This record gives sequence, C-alpha cells and structure tokens, in this order.
Amino acid sequence: MTTLLQPPSLEIPLRPARPPRRRRTTRVLGYAALIVAAVAILLPFYWMLMSSLKANNDVYTIPVRWLPDPVVWKNYVDIWHRSDLTTWLENTLILSIAVTFLQVLTGSFAAYGFAKVRFPGRNVLFLAYIGTIAVPWQSYMIPQFILFSKLHLSDTLWSIVALQAFGAFGVFLMKQYYESIPDELLDAARIDGMSEYGIWRRIMLPLSVPAIASLSLLTLVTTWNDYLGPLIYLRSHSLWTIQIGLKTFVNSYNAEYSLIMTGSVLSVLPIAVIFLLGQRYFVEGIATTGLKG
Amino acid sequence: MTSMPMVRRRRGRLVLRNTAVGWSFLLPNFAGFAVLTLVPVALLFYYAFTSWNVFGGAEWTGLDNFRQLSHDRSFRTALTNTVYYTVFHIPLTLVASLGLALLLNRKLRGVAFFRTVAFFPYITSIVALAQVWNMLFSPSYGPINQFLRAIGIAHPPGWTTSADWSMPAVIVVGTWREAGYYMLLFLAGLQTIPAQLYEAAKVDGANAWQRLLAVTLPGLRPTTFFVIVMLTIGSFKVFDLILVMTAGGPGQSTLVVSQYIFQKGFIENQFGYASAISIVLFAICFVITVVQFLINRRGSES
Repeated sequence: MTTLLQPPSLEIPLRPARPPRRRRTTRVLGYAALIVAAVAILLPFYWMLMSSLKANNDVYTIPVRWLPDPVVWKNYVDIWHRSDLTTWLENTLILSIAVTFLQVLTGSFAAYGFAKVRFPGRNVLFLAYIGTIAVPWQSYMIPQFILFSKLHLSDTLWSIVALQAFGAFGVFLMKQYYESIPDELLDAARIDGMSEYGIWRRIMLPLSVPAIASLSLLTLVTTWNDYLGPLIYLRSHSLWTIQIGLKTFVNSYNAEYSLIMTGSVLSVLPIAVIFLLGQRYFVEGIATTGLKG
Repeated sequence: MTSMPMVRRRRGRLVLRNTAVGWSFLLPNFAGFAVLTLVPVALLFYYAFTSWNVFGGAEWTGLDNFRQLSHDRSFRTALTNTVYYTVFHIPLTLVASLGLALLLNRKLRGVAFFRTVAFFPYITSIVALAQVWNMLFSPSYGPINQFLRAIGIAHPPGWTTSADWSMPAVIVVGTWREAGYYMLLFLAGLQTIPAQLYEAAKVDGANAWQRLLAVTLPGLRPTTFFVIVMLTIGSFKVFDLILVMTAGGPGQSTLVVSQYIFQKGFIENQFGYASAISIVLFAICFVITVVQFLINRRGSES
C-alpha cells in the first residue's frame, strides 16, 4: 500500500500535528457540506408537507411562500371524502403484513437449509437463487402475467402476495446472518437429540431476531411502496393499494395541488414512522446484504 | 474389511437423510420461487419466438420478432434513452453516494441524523416523490425555476414539459433518490478498511487527498464494484420512476426499454413481441454484469 504513495515532501515528516486553525476550517467546511446535502435531500419533503397544509391557490406563488398561511388543516379531512383512501390503506396493510409474514417464514426456513444443512447440490442451487436477483423483473413480467392469469391469480390480492413473498432476497439476508452463528451450538443441540426443525425453531429463530427485524422492515416498506405489481395485477377498484389509488387520484384531480400533496403525505407517513423507529435495522439489513453480494 | 461397506452405507444414509432434511427446509420458499420466477423466465425464451397476440395463440415464428425489432424505430429510441439515462445516472450517483459516505464517515456532530436523512428518499414511494418533484420542476411557478431566475438565468428549462430537459429531470430525481442507499453500502465498505493503513499513510506524510487516492479508494474496490453492477442493472431496468414522472413523454423523449415492454405487452397485448424485447433487456443486463465481473477479476489479479 505504502509504495503507492507519493514520496513525502521535505517539510512534512518533522511537522507535529496539523495547526489547529486549518483543522477548524476543514471542520467548518464539513458542516457546511453536511447542511447543504441535508437541505437538498429534505427540501422536497418539506415542500410536500407545507403544500399539503396550504389552500390550493397558495401552492404556486411568486415568490415561493415557505410557510402555509392560513394553515388549511381541512385538507386532511377532505381527502378521506374525496377518495377511497380507507380502502387503499386497508388493502395495502393486508398485503404488507401477509407478504412480510410469508417472506420471513419461508426465507428463514430456506436460509437454514442453505446455511446449516450439508447436502449435495446445495451450493449450485444457492447460486441459481442469487443469480435471479440480477435478472430484472421487467424482463419476465410478461410471461409471469400470463402464468398468473392461467392460475386465476390476476385481479386478486393473492397475485401481489405471490409476487413478493418468495423472493430470493429474504433467503440471502437470513443466510448471511445464520452463517455467523457457530456450528458448535447446533452440534450440541443435535447431540441432545433435537431435530433440525427444533433447532431452527428454538435456537435459530430466537438468535436471529435482529436479522428478522431487518428483513421484516425492508419487506414491509417494499410491499407498501410497490407500484408496478398492483398496476399490472389489480384492475378492480376495490383491490387498489395506496400507490395505485394515489396515482389515479393525481390523474383525475391534477389541479388539486394541495390535496395531491395531502395524499402523498399520508402515503409516506406510515413508512416514515416505521423508518424512524427501526432505522438501525434498515441500515444493518442493507449493509449485510450489500457487502458480500 | 468387513466394516467398510457398512460405514459407506451408513454415510450414504446420512447423506440421503441430510438431503431430505435440507430440501424440506428449502421447499416452501423454493416451490413458490420456482413456479413464480423460474417458470416465467423459462417461458420467456419460448414466447419470444412466437407471434402470440390478443387475436391468436402462441404460434412459432422463429426469429421474426427479432427481425421486426431491428427495424423498430420506437425500440431504437427507447434503447437510446435508456443508455442516456444509464450513462449519466451511474457516475452521478456514484460520486454523490461516495461523497456523502466520506462526509458522514468523519467524526462530526449530528452524523447519525444526517445518515437517517440521506437514506429516507430511498424508502419513500416513487408515486409521492414523482408528484413533489413534478411540482418543484413546474416551468413557470415551480421553486426550482424561480431559483434559477433569481440567480440570473432568464429562460430556465421547461423540465418535464420539454423534450430536451425531461430526461435530465428524471436523472436528477433518480440520483437524488438512490444516493442514500449506495451511501450506506459505501459506509459499510469504509468500515472494513483497517485504521492502521491510514496511520501508516500519515506517518509517510500523505495529505488527505493522497490518503483518499492511495488508501480509501483501493480499499473500497469490492464495494465500488458491487455498487456499479447494481447501478448498471438498476439503470437499464429503470421503469416506475419514469412511468409516474413523465410516462415516457413528452413525445417519446423519456421512453425507456422497460416501458416499451409494458406498452407492447399490457396495452397492445402483443405478448410475443414484448417477450422478444424482454430478451434483449435481459441479455444486456446479463452481458454487462459478466463483463464487469471479468474486468474486476483481471483488475484484482494485477
């Protein structure tokens, strides 16, 4: 590594620590950069929230008004009357919970098979699993749609459950975690006569709570935010999810700027709450699956 | 001598038992995965060579779809636009996410808060984000153009209403949304670089810029490779962002390959032809991933 470095210039080796003034400058620059980045990232969210509390005519003004005046809380009442928000939220909630439950259950079960049971062909099979993560869903959505139609799944909530619940991602994330649990622990349980299923249920599941939390939160958010799946599969209005509903609302009331923003805030709010409560698990989930991919 | 076959038989039984147990664990997930993912992928390679549309069944037509595809103007536009998006989205996201990660890897106050903030766009739904950004980009009254006018640009671009500027608008939003995700991957990668390397470089008299070039970037090599692969696949399959932001317009200025598949398949019901386009998308992603793996392997050997 050090051979790659430039030869040090003459004055540096003897110099003690950096002069404090320069350190303070870089520190200030660092904070300045952080603030600029944070503003750039947060501004759209601020605009969303602020516009949702404005009267419709006040959304676009010259110059921009950064605070709603007057504050129109009524938007948050009206949106429920003007749209089927209740139905959309209900469907989305049902789907998110069902998909998350199935993904965690089947994913952790399969991950145990991949991580802790030795049998021929295991590694090849796992490679096939992981390989499909790199295959874009967009490239096989047509044959999948035809297949789902033949199975009479399309235009039912089951189609979205089937679409999301058996992903390779969950298996991958859980396997990464299981591999960090020492085999000796399992061998001890095997000697005590515990079956493999018992080991999964009584040892692995309790030990992998952090990984389960990561996978649950990531799956929940993905299902909540999914737009394409519901767009293709859910034609009946009574089955719509929040994303499809919101998009349709935007198309039919495209001049109701503040109401559109109200709907957007309501669609983002549950995710924001979940994220703030469990952000540690999001970060860990991303870091473990990202690194070794 | 007599015990050898018995041992072997016992070992054979153990392997058999393990195989049965192993498969029983995989089966609930694998059954769903095989039926719902592997079968469609296999079917794709059949449908692409048929003339299946809404009027008839799947009739084998050989390479006809691909011949038609090579003359298809709209397809060429979609492909060009996708490459346009990819060529800008990858470097911009790479620089933004690496910059954020380096910034947040320092011991500054409030770093944990900023990390949370930066990741938030990635887990926010595209539908809501597209609406907000479309309003921000609004040509006459939107805050972005008001800002541009304030700093002296008399005729700011029309963004999503202009054929020339709609793609840059989409690229900005795509980069803004994904930078936080890749930042997390880079942050995780930065943790794996041993602190001693930095100490050694400091002792050798390297300044911050030299340490970045000689220690940080080489140490991030595996992460960077992974990020580039993910970004490439992600850019080529870009779809929902465009669908909700511009729907491919104005005209065909933001039409991308995934959307063209959607249009041919689900709106015009030309399943065979749409499958042929899908194969092209699949092949592009596959070839690029393999090439990147080969380059990476050669790079890490030398």
